[in-house]
Order: sequence, then C-alpha cells, then structure tokens
Amino acid sequence: MDLQKLIAAMFLFALMVMPLAPLQAQSVRPPANAVNQGINEQIGDEQIGTSNTLGTNSRSDYWRDLRQGRDGLATSGQTGSKLIQAQGEQWRNIRKLYIIKYSGWVLATVIVMIALFYLIRGRILLKAGRSGKTITRFSLPHRTAHWFMASIFILLSISGLILLLGRTVLVPVIGKSTYSIFASAAMQGHNLFGPLFIVALVWLIFMFIRGNFFKMVDLKWILKGGGLLGPHASAGHYNFGEKGWFWLVVVAGLIMAISGMILEFPWLAENLQLLQISIIVHAIGAIALISAALGHIYIGTLGMEGALDSMTTGDVDVVWAKEHHDLWYEEVTGQKVANPEAEGDQSAPDRAQVSVQSQITET
Amino acid sequence: MARMKFLCDAERCIECNSCVTACKNEHEVPWGINRRRVVTLNDGKPGERSLSVACMHCSDAPCMAVCPVDCFYQTADGIVLHDKDLCIGCGYCFFACPFGAPQFPQAGNFGSRGKMDKCTFCAGGPEDDHSAEEFKKYGRNRIAEGKLPICAEMCSTKALLAGDGNIVSNIYRERVVGRGFGSGAWGWSRAYTSDGLN
Ligand code: SF4
Ligand code: SF4
Repeated sequence: MDLQKLIAAMFLFALMVMPLAPLQAQSVRPPANAVNQGINEQIGDEQIGTSNTLGTNSRSDYWRDLRQGRDGLATSGQTGSKLIQAQGEQWRNIRKLYIIKYSGWVLATVIVMIALFYLIRGRILLKAGRSGKTITRFSLPHRTAHWFMASIFILLSISGLILLLGRTVLVPVIGKSTYSIFASAAMQGHNLFGPLFIVALVWLIFMFIRGNFFKMVDLKWILKGGGLLGPHASAGHYNFGEKGWFWLVVVAGLIMAISGMILEFPWLAENLQLLQISIIVHAIGAIALISAALGHIYIGTLGMEGALDSMTTGDVDVVWAKEHHDLWYEEVTGQKVANPEAEGDQSAPDRAQVSVQSQITET
Repeated sequence: MARMKFLCDAERCIECNSCVTACKNEHEVPWGINRRRVVTLNDGKPGERSLSVACMHCSDAPCMAVCPVDCFYQTADGIVLHDKDLCIGCGYCFFACPFGAPQFPQAGNFGSRGKMDKCTFCAGGPEDDHSAEEFKKYGRNRIAEGKLPICAEMCSTKALLAGDGNIVSNIYRERVVGRGFGSGAWGWSRAYTSDGLN
C-alpha cells in the first residue's frame, strides 16, 4: 500500500511538473499547442487546453456530457450511438410511480362512484312508464358505427389494461407463465386491432358530429345539473353529457390514434424519447376514455330505463324521448311536450302553453 | 458472493470490436443482433475515445422494473438475466435501459419485435445449466463453467474488464494511479448506484 502511495505521489508530482517542461515529455500524441484549442471548444473540457503533454487528464465535463446523453459514433450494434440514455430512468419512474399506480386508483374510484350513484339515485325510470309507441332515434348506419367503435374500444381497453396493470393485478393471481400468454395475446391483439380504431373513430365522428355542437340549451342543462338535481332539464337530440362524451372521444381518440401510430411503427419515429412520451400519453388518454366509457355504459344500460333501445333497435319509446330529449321530440314530431316539472320555468316559457292533449297524440 | 461488473477503460479501448465478435461467436447470437457494441467519441479527431457497451447488470435495474411480465431476475452475483419464455417482446426494457442493452430480432411493424435478447454476462438463462435449450436461447453459460465473460477475456488491450466488482475496480484504480489520470469508471454511477461503489 505504501508503495502504491509513493507511486501515486510521484505521478502527481510529475503531473504538476510536466506543464513546466513540455518539450521534455516523450509522447506519441500531437504537441499540446497543435490542435488542443479545437477540442477545447468542441467538448468543453477546460483541462485539455493547458499545455499538458499527457494529452488528456481530467475529462469530467466530457463524461458528464455523456452521462446526460451526448452522442458518439457506433461501429456496431443496433441501438445506435447514444452511450447513456438518461431519460430511461425518468420514463421508468413516471410509468411505475404515477401511470400504473394512479390509473389503477382512478379506475377503481370511477367504478365505486358509479356503484354509489346506483345505490343512491337508483335506476332512472320512465316516470310515465312505457307507452309501447316508439320513434326512431338512431338509423342503422348510426348504430353500426357505434357498435363498431364499441367492439374495438372494448377489445383495446381490455388488452391495454392487461398490459398496463397485469403485473400488479394479474401476476399475483394467475402466475407469470399464464399471465405471459395473456399479455402476449393482449399485445398482439392490441397492435393488430389498433389501426381499426382510427377507422372506427373517423366513421364515428362523421356519423355523429351533426347535433353534437354546443348550444345555449346546454348551459341551461348544466345549470340544472342535467335534471339529476330535481327540475327537468331540456335537451335536444343530444344533451350536454352526450355532447361532452362525443367531444372527449374525438379529442382523446385523436391523441390515442397519433400516439398509437407512433408506437405501432416505432421505426418511423426513430426517436426513443418520442416513443417514451407516446407511451405515457397513450396511457393517460386511455384511462380518461375508459373512465368516461364506464359512465357511458352504465347510463346506457342499467342506469336508465329505455336508453339502450336507441342503440339496439334504434327506436325509443316516446315516453323516453319526451322525458329525456324533449326538444328533440318536439323537433321530430312537431308536437309540444307537456312537462309538469318544467312549468313555471322561466328558461322555457313556451312550455306554459303545452297542452295536455299533445301527450297522448300518436306518433 | 461477488458482485459481477463490467468496466471499460476508455483510455485503452482501441475500437477493434473483438469483444462484439467474440460474443457473437461464443453465443451464436442471431443475425442482426449484437449484445455488445463499441461507440467511438470524437471519431477521427484528437481526443478520440471508444467504449465497449453492453448490459451493465444494474443494481436497481430499470429493465426489471418496467417489464410488464416481470421476466427478469437477478442472480446472487448481481447478474441481470431474463426468461425468454415469458418475454412478450414489448420493448419496454429498451425504453428504460440507460445503456441501450436490450436487442430485438425484428425491426417490427405492429409491435412485432420478437423475444428480447441481451448480454447475459455469459451466465445463460433460467434453463438447466449447459442444456441445449439454454444455449439456443441465451448462449453459453461460462459462469457455470467457472469462467468469466468472453468479451473481457478476449480484449487485447484489457480495456474491457469483467468480474468481481471489487477486483475490477482495484485493477482500474491501479491503472489510474499508474498513468496519473482517469475518467472514473464509465457508467458505474448510473449502473451501480445502490452498491455505493464508484
Ligand atoms: S444495462 Fe439495461 S438491460 Fe442491463 S440491467 Fe441495466 S437496465 Fe437492464
Ligand atoms: S421486451 Fe420482453 S423482457 Fe423486455 S420488457 Fe418486454 S416482455 Fe420484458
């Protein structure tokens, strides 16, 4: 050990003396004053510029640059010239500490909230009961577009959730080997059906955009809490909730489509950071869409009597139309809706004249 | 138990790519995959340096953390290995790895990358030591034979060192003292932070 220290001391001494006598040093490297200025500028290493004929000694800045992801030239390997990809650690932390953790909690919270809503509010029944008379709400092309999107959405949601939460939720239950089979199928399915989502999205936007623009009546609908808080809230073909859902699907759907395509064809991006960001964005968009979809599915099936008809047969009971989309009913049938709850409501003065007879008019 | 580590001495690496070749040959690594690569900095300019990089077998390995099927495991020697039977080829390990170590057999449209392949520190995989399946999937298990990784053994300038982290760092330290300068053990602060050695 003492010998080592002695050698070290000698070298340190030599290092200090060397700059004083540059010409005496024997070195195969070019003289210090020849090109050092260039390197100094290029890699920002203060030490190199000095007349040190050992060439390079402390290259701390240089190595720090590398740690932060400076590029070199790769002569072998498929992963390119980057020596250290510093964002990888960040990506790992965002994924593990936020995305996976909170997406699970968000979905669990949404499910609990829907269950609570069901327990407290119960099923929204038709106050007047079914009349047996129907009017057409969605044509076959509308329903086809809806169910095409619904099938792909459910497939992508389930496969995506398997990949996102499987390690946390499924592996402890079914084990790694079984889960790996599910995960592999989920990934292949997700990648294969992903592009169809774009087809479904474009088709859906095309079919449903009419009537989904916000109007004044939507503001009134919001102020009345969508009719959940008591007084009836008038709505046209689509109420504010449905319009909001439509635009969420449009905006989030486009984000999902773009990030999904980047991940689908990774060689097009050729940028690891873009891929990392895409995965994060894709997961956040997915959780937003799935959360809203859960609410949409609830209200379209269990949550509201008569609502599902519009997407199965396409024909809804006139009572349902009057109770939930009165303005649309009036527009389609040309008949006013008598709504006892709305009477005396200043926001809908025309209601005052609605005759009781119109309610029993056949459509 | 020893903590296995790689160390590449940039002052010695001459960019001969022997490590890459030796690795490919030893493990019969498939076409298009290099488990190790050599990166040159300031190529053709004064101050040119090269480094040989492969999986560093990180202490708190990012690949292990993000793999959706949890197919990685770390041996008692600190070697990070994975199970190709579980791997679904999602590429997440590659997104997280600081050293670009995970490699994939296919370029991949529609996410089809194939099973991930990476440096095993010549320690094979979960199959029985020296079995035909182990060799086919992961290459030779030199560690089980009592040997160290072929890349370091083959390195003509001994720039690339592999083995017990303490011994490796001692050798490097002696070199640094001997030549009066050193750049620090490249990549160690990222790969082995929780080991407290650098
Ligand atoms: S270098 Fe990459 S592949 Fe190897 S253990 Fe670290 S993160 Fe995993
Ligand atoms: S490619 Fe394989 S090893 Fe890598 S994260 Fe995906 S499943 Fe895990």
